[in-house]
Amino acid sequence: MARMKYRDALRAALQEEMAADERVFCVGEGIGERGGSYKVTDGLLAEFGRGRVIDTPLSEAGFVGLGVGAAIAGQRPVVEILFIDFLLQAMDQVVNQAAKYRFMSGGEGRVPLVIRTQGGAGNSLAGQHSQSLEALYYHIPGLKVVMPSTPRDAKGLLKASIRDEDPVVFIEHKLLYMTEGEVPDEPYEIPLGRAEIKRAGHDVTLVTWSHMVLKSLEAADKLAEEGIDVEVIDLRTLVPMDVPCILESVRRTGRLVVAQEAIKRGGVGSDVAAIVAEQAFDSLRAPIIRVAGMNTVIPFNLALEKSAVPQVADIITGVRAVMGGSVDDQSRTAVAAG
Amino acid sequence: MSEIGPQLLEQMYETTATIRRFEQRAIEQYRLGQIRGYLHPYLGQEGIAVGSIAAIEPDDYIVSTHRGHGHAIAKGHDPRLMMAELFGKETGYCHGRGGSMHVASRAIRNLGANGVVAGGLGIATGSALAIKQRAGSEVVVAFCSDGASANGMWHESMNLAAIWDLPVIFVLENNQYAVSTPIRDSARVEHLSTRAAGYGMPGVTVDGNDAAIVYGAMQEPLRRARAGEGPSLLECMTFRHGGHHVNDPGLYLPAEQLAHWKARDPLVLLRERLTRAGVGEAEIAAIDERVEQLLEEAVEFATASDNPSIDEFRAEIAAGELAFVS
Ligand SMILES: Cc1ncc(C[n+]2csc(CCOP(=O)(O)OP(=O)(O)O)c2C)c(N)n1
Ligand SMILES: [Mg+2]
Repeated sequence: MARMKYRDALRAALQEEMAADERVFCVGEGIGERGGSYKVTDGLLAEFGRGRVIDTPLSEAGFVGLGVGAAIAGQRPVVEILFIDFLLQAMDQVVNQAAKYRFMSGGEGRVPLVIRTQGGAGNSLAGQHSQSLEALYYHIPGLKVVMPSTPRDAKGLLKASIRDEDPVVFIEHKLLYMTEGEVPDEPYEIPLGRAEIKRAGHDVTLVTWSHMVLKSLEAADKLAEEGIDVEVIDLRTLVPMDVPCILESVRRTGRLVVAQEAIKRGGVGSDVAAIVAEQAFDSLRAPIIRVAGMNTVIPFNLALEKSAVPQVADIITGVRAVMGGSVDDQSRTAVAAG
Repeated sequence: MSEIGPQLLEQMYETTATIRRFEQRAIEQYRLGQIRGYLHPYLGQEGIAVGSIAAIEPDDYIVSTHRGHGHAIAKGHDPRLMMAELFGKETGYCHGRGGSMHVASRAIRNLGANGVVAGGLGIATGSALAIKQRAGSEVVVAFCSDGASANGMWHESMNLAAIWDLPVIFVLENNQYAVSTPIRDSARVEHLSTRAAGYGMPGVTVDGNDAAIVYGAMQEPLRRARAGEGPSLLECMTFRHGGHHVNDPGLYLPAEQLAHWKARDPLVLLRERLTRAGVGEAEIAAIDERVEQLLEEAVEFATASDNPSIDEFRAEIAAGELAFVS
């Protein structure tokens, strides 16, 4: 085991996959000499050359589409989009081309494409650089959606994504790049579609993903002090979702809280809640609670920004509520009910 | 080139100096931790905003970019309220909600900076269409840089503006870099203005560091736009004086090229023009002093202003005022 930063774990996955399979290449803005905005691709140009570490102009629709084409033609492109907010420029290529090609070709065509991108709030970057947009991709048949929270998961899941035969939207979080964690020395891969219980507990099931996992674990530690034992499930991949893991946990605890950074309406958390209501209703001892971002554009001002996305205290409030405590008026769970 | 009298030259110099000092003070305040997020200085490119906006009327519109402080100040934004916005304060143009990349004002007819490269070009063509539908005589000046010219929105917007003879002037600030990517890696044409021909509109390339040249080069595109003859592309060559944003040292900028452009500093060029026009040292010093004072006030105003209230923000969300809850 070595301690590694999330961004370095991602780089290790890219490096290993590129070394092992010459079909794998990276393409995106400023990923070569500059090494990417978050330094994930730093050093890859020197090792693999310009033919496999390709800098692009600001043509998002163009080079995402190019990634789709290269994948169909047998390569394994890893396309980097600096901010998930800009992936919207390539929505047609992702949704109408990449996602549907396999099905519409009768299963003959495959699109082994990875789109690595980055989302989330927390750096005072305002409305067009801070969004949590995973639900848009989650909604589309034909796409896999991966959102790792730790360096170990980031590496293992990126490797699995690159090896996967279908298009994967791989969403990193800007607040995670500098976080550290243990990463195995030996080669490993984490299969898509498996959640991980990051903390076992028997009172409440707390389902979450990406940066919210860190906040959820912190909340769980604090709640343990008041005698509430929280089980934290990190979904890790949203599509395919590890529904059995969620259901098994809820059947044990009888209570579900879902914590997501994205706004509540139409979110992945709503889907988790619906799945549990459909399939484990009898196990529930309390109404499900969703802790989610406010229904707002992310503000620039740092304090406002913080108040717009769930913090540790909001998760604690949500868990207390599902345990039978009251939700105070100011809390997000009440205010953001719309 | 149409003649620029000493009075207009003085105004242009003062605006240029204001932008210069605004950016320098903003960078200083960023380093002090008063400003967060992204801040893309306009240092070195002032000639373009100043020259092009001096050529239009207060009723005309601009559409800005992520590197938008210069456009905003030239269009008439109050540096105090701008600085407050960069600080994220309630007194800022966007009440601390937008920050550097989203400064906008209806009254000033700045339709907004933008966090998405080329993202504002639809706003430009759309507002130009609106002007046309209302039989107005205003024009829209749409700023973009070389990086944007690789984006689909740029090409589609150029074409739409051309086929419908929209009153837009695309001012392409070719600072020759998109972050660390030189334009020669993004385009096969030597002058981006030659692309205008492909859309059926005139395109020219001029020296963007000389505000007077930019001012002159605006005249024909303006005439065309106001006469209903359609858009033009005005490519203004320039160079950043530093990195892409405040935290980018810009080490990839070739030293010689940087030195070449710094030697043609827009502020110095205007000062030389002023001197040639007979404006004395004392008068120039008085302008510099006024600018210094204004920026000092801007920093003081921003510092003293209140942060937005979280309670009010939450109340606005609950009421659907800001979030437009359905
Ligand atoms: C569509 C899109 N892609 C990428 C980015 C990230 N980004 C912000 S500014 C920038 C460079 C823009 O270059 P250019 O258009 O030349 O403008 P300049 O910075 O030179 O003013 C990039 C890549 C973005 N904001 N929007
Ligand atoms: Mg540029």
